Amino acid sequence: MPLLEFASGAFLVAGAFFYVVGTVGLLRFPDIYTRLHALAKVDNLGLGCILAGLALQADSAAQAAKLMLIWPLALVASAVIGYIIASRANTLGVKPWQQYKP
Amino acid sequence: MTGLELPIAFVLLVNLAASLLRVMRGPTDADRLLATLLFGTTGIGILVLLAFVGGGTAHTPFIDVALTLALLATISGIAFARRAWQNTAGDQGGKR
Repeated sequence: MPLLEFASGAFLVAGAFFYVVGTVGLLRFPDIYTRLHALAKVDNLGLGCILAGLALQADSAAQAAKLMLIWPLALVASAVIGYIIASRANTLGVKPWQQYKP
Repeated sequence: MTGLELPIAFVLLVNLAASLLRVMRGPTDADRLLATLLFGTTGIGILVLLAFVGGGTAHTPFIDVALTLALLATISGIAFARRAWQNTAGDQGGKR
């Protein structure tokens, strides 16, 4: 099925692209809040694309379902971690980055 | 099996190596922890990609390992935020 393989490859390449974007954000963004923003969203989109691409090539429906089960878990994990680290940083008094100081 | 799995797993590995730069630079403990969270997400991606290398996927344990990793990924972040991150020493004046 060349169409299925093509779709799977497109998903995989898109996923790798989003992973690279997330790492660039982690390296380039100026403070903890913006880095959380990069990690908690973009990387999970990359993971979702890769899982969808691999689920297209799975042997059985059960295996595809198992693959797609990983994604909600990762989404919940990133939501919880993003909230709890940002809230802790706020409690500890980490100032959000501003380009123009008041 | 599209032949893309191994190159993309390599790209993700290069991503991990690049994020080690953020661990090195800091400047706060939380930034270092963020890089380890990236390790979790990217590790899951690499594991599921490796499960499909070579075509045969029927009895490979990689997907189960990735599922477990996804379950455990939350715990390190919560433990860090609730227990380990007590002060912001090194926050001010660190290079970004």
